[in-house]
Order: sequence, then C-alpha cells, then structure tokens
Amino acid sequence: MSSLGKDVASPTSGHPMVKAEGVHKSFGLAHILKGIDLEVNPREVFCLIGPSGSGKSTFLRCINHLEKISAGRLYVDGQLVGYRQKGDKLYELKESEVAAQRRDIGMVFQRFNLFPHMTALENVMEAPIQVKRETRAVARERAQRLLDRVGLGDRTGHYPAQLSGGQQQRVAIARALAMQPKLMLFDEPTSALDPELVGEVLDVMRDLAADGMTMIVVTHEMGFAREVGDSLVFMDDGVAVETGHPRDVLTNPQHERTKSFLSKVL
Amino acid sequence: MTDTVDKAPAPAVPPEQIKAIPVRHYGRWVAGAVVIAVLALIGIAFSNANINYGVIPDYLTDGTILSGAWHTLYISVLAMLLGLVLGVILAVMRMSSNPVTSTVAWFYVWFFRGTPVLVQLLIWYNIALVFPILNLGFYKDEMNQVMTPFLAALLGLGLNEAAYMSEIVRAGIQSVDEGQTEASHALGMTRAKTLRRVILPQAMRVIVPPTGNEYINMLKTSSLAYVVQFSELIKRSTDISSTSLAVVEMYFVASIWYLALTSVFSVGQYYLERRYARGSTRSLPPTPLQRLKKNLRMFNSFGRPEVTR
Repeated sequence: MSSLGKDVASPTSGHPMVKAEGVHKSFGLAHILKGIDLEVNPREVFCLIGPSGSGKSTFLRCINHLEKISAGRLYVDGQLVGYRQKGDKLYELKESEVAAQRRDIGMVFQRFNLFPHMTALENVMEAPIQVKRETRAVARERAQRLLDRVGLGDRTGHYPAQLSGGQQQRVAIARALAMQPKLMLFDEPTSALDPELVGEVLDVMRDLAADGMTMIVVTHEMGFAREVGDSLVFMDDGVAVETGHPRDVLTNPQHERTKSFLSKVL
Repeated sequence: MTDTVDKAPAPAVPPEQIKAIPVRHYGRWVAGAVVIAVLALIGIAFSNANINYGVIPDYLTDGTILSGAWHTLYISVLAMLLGLVLGVILAVMRMSSNPVTSTVAWFYVWFFRGTPVLVQLLIWYNIALVFPILNLGFYKDEMNQVMTPFLAALLGLGLNEAAYMSEIVRAGIQSVDEGQTEASHALGMTRAKTLRRVILPQAMRVIVPPTGNEYINMLKTSSLAYVVQFSELIKRSTDISSTSLAVVEMYFVASIWYLALTSVFSVGQYYLERRYARGSTRSLPPTPLQRLKKNLRMFNSFGRPEVTR
C-alpha cells in the first residue's frame, strides 16, 4: 500500500489536538463520564482501552459532539467543541457551525455505517460533494485514489452488501479520509469483524499512523495498541484510571483494576 | 494490499450431478379442481342473472365513460401527489424537536384521519358557507367561483391522503438505522442534507409498498368525488344509467375500468419497488416474466422427467 500522506492535513500547531478538562457526561441518572482530563498531541496515536460500559465510546462521541458533555471543557485543535465562549458565558453553536466543526474530524464506527444505497465509490464521494461543494470529477478522483490505497480499487462499483466486513470497514476509513480530516476517531473498528478480517483493517490504520495522522482509537486489540500506540489510557467506570506509554501500561500496570482487566484480556 | 485468498485447487472433473425424479404434488391438482368447480358455479349463477351483458362492451368505450376514466385517473394522481408532498412535510414536522410544529402535525393527522373523506369532500364543496369571499391579497373572488368540483375533489382527497401518507413516511424514516444519521453527521452533513441524501432514499424501500397500496385505494376512493359533482367514472356511469336504465350494467363497466387502472398501476409499482431495493440485497428478485418461466418449467414436471438440481 502506498503512502496516504497527501490526505493527512497538518495541524494548526501550538496546542494539543484534543484537550479534555474535567469532562462529565450523564444520560439521565446514569453518570457515564466522571471527570476526564487528557491531552492528545498532533501526530499521536492515542488508544483508549477498558471494559465495556466504562465510557470510552461515549468519550469518543463527545469529541465530535455526537454526544453533548454535561460538564467540563473539551477542545479540538484549540476550539471549544459545540460551544462558543464569550466572557464567562457559553453559547450553544448553531447546527451548521457544529457541522463545520465535524468536517475536520473523521470517524470510523464499529458497525461501519456505510450508506447501503450507494456504491463504495459513491460512499466516499458523498461528503466532499455535499459538504465541501467539490465537483464530481475532483471528488471521484480522490475517492478512487483512497479506495486504491485501502486495497479496494477494484471494488468501487460494489454496494456495501456485496463486500465483506473488512472491506466495508476499509471503505468507511476511505470515506472519513475523503474529508481530509486533521483527526480520526476509531470506535472499536475491528470488534464486528471475523478474526481473519481484523488484520486488513489494522494494516490500513497502521499505515495511516505512519503517515502522521492524529488518531484516537477505542480498541480491544492490545497488540495494535502496543505496537502502534503512542499513548494509552485505561478507563473504568467513567474515570481514566491509568495513562502512559502503551508498553508501560500493558506490561507493568500500576493500578489493581488495570492489572485485573489486563490479566483477563491479554 | 490484495484480496486474493489461497484456495485449494478445484477438482479437475466435476462430480456427477444428482438427477432425481421429483416428488408428486397431488394436493395441487385437487386444489386446482376445487377452484375450477367453484368458479364454474359462480359463473353459471351470474350468467343466469337478469343482467344485459350485451351492452357492457358498447359502453366500455363510450366517450362519456372514457372521459370519466380519464378524470378518475388524473384526480387520483394529483390528489396522491398532494398527499405525498404534504405527507413528507407533516412527517418531518411530526419528528421535529420543535414542539409547536410536532403538535400541529399531530393534530392534523388526528383530524383528517378521524373524519370521513365523504364529509371532508362535502365541507370543501360548501366552504363558501364559512368563507364567502376568498381574499389572498393579490387575488380576490367569490368562494363559490373558486371552489369548483375539481378543486373540492383535489383538496378533499389530497388533504385526507396526506394524513395517511405522513404516518407511512414517518414509519419509513424511523426504520432507517440510527447509525446512518450518526455517520452523516460525523461527516459534517446537516440534518436537512442527511434526511435528503441518506435517510429518505433508504426509507423509500419501506415507504413505496404501502404508498402503492394507498394509490390503489385512492383510485377507488376518488369515486366519492361524485358527491361534489366531479365527473369521474361513477358520476359518468350513473349519469348514463339514469337515462338508459342499465344500472347494474354501468357499475360493471365502471368496475372493469377500475380493475384495468389498478392492474396497470400494480405492474408499475412492482418495478418501482425493485428499483428501491438497490443495495439492500445482493441480487435483485426475479421479474414476473422470469418467475412465470420458472413456474411453467415446474408445471412441465408433471410428466416427471429427471431434473438436474
């Protein structure tokens, strides 16, 4: 697979790509996130691990405002997510402004969520044409190039139902990259795949990381986290229990909770 | 990266295919005999009735009836279009987070679904009792001049249909997986764009079949427009029967036209559904012609030749 370099936008520099300060999230009475503080630097691969229900997916969805946070502050590339601050007052952003913020943040879902009524190529072309107002020719050229690079150049005319899970997820990654994002969010991208298809998706992600894309990855693939990750957070019950370099956290966990989790999954 | 998978080489000689004598289906022949007997009995009863069948073919292509069939066709198409457009708007209003619009939509559906179409048609026809003068600012006229039989029929049938269509559209929109909305939002698409580009095209698969049903219903319900003097099939048929005394015969003539219109439309609906099934299945279902061929092949199996599976 050739380099994905051209599709990695350079960050505006100076500040962390993502900064969370005391982020809380409640759904009704359920308190899902209980004060998350963390920083993700540009070009960093940041892995979130932890048991299901620990809030790692919810936190990921807060970053592109699919979920509204209940307390705290969340910044992407120095910009407050979903709000504008004037003095000490917060103003909710309009729908179009939220959409504009999301344009620069790619997201890959556990269940792919490809548009089933469009071919692979149309899936990748859709957002650049509809959101960025690109011409069909420009969008098609980039879509073809991205599909070539995720190894699906010969599947452009296929509908999602005609593709395997691994192929669908690679199309989904190409679809997110087509918006030339500065940050990519991966929500358990390999959890819905047959074991033998996991590798092809991780290969694409590894390649993307090597090209300097800033990535936040919620994953159960400890091998991937250890090999590709620059930082790793172990989350449990809405709290970031342990943070560090993946090699250190995975081989030499400090907290009891981390030890017992890792002993079950490793 | 390539997607080639190493497979064991296929055997050079394909194994001999199974040839077997198919099972006999006695039930099909018994059922067929019963159906033919019942049909024959009904046919004999009708042919002995005091009905002058001879006049039916003549009136079928009578100019008055033909124009009635044309009126039926176009009022039902126009009313359906009005119902469809208004139905989509109402469905979106109903699901809106704006409490005012969603309540308005709820009341609309409650009222127009809860009162008989016949009454709604008559109210539109007599709307001059409430608004004697129509004043739109740029246009002013007496309501009796404006509310023609055509307009009364269009509003009565179309606004009633909108209530039903909005529920069908709403069910269709809600049938689309929430992940689709999330994926479009994550790509930076607005709610309106998501609805138009992603949700509605997928909802169509759920919306089209019941809408076809609604349209077939509309073709026949449009007969109620005769109460507002709209000259559709039933009005034209009764006009003729009042002078020719061929009452039942004229209803037969009208029914043949209704059957013809609904049959033609059913074929169109089938192909429309096939189009919106794109992407939801790996291969499209066979067309009726292809199915007929297959059934004929099965029919031939009565002679029980050996069939390759």
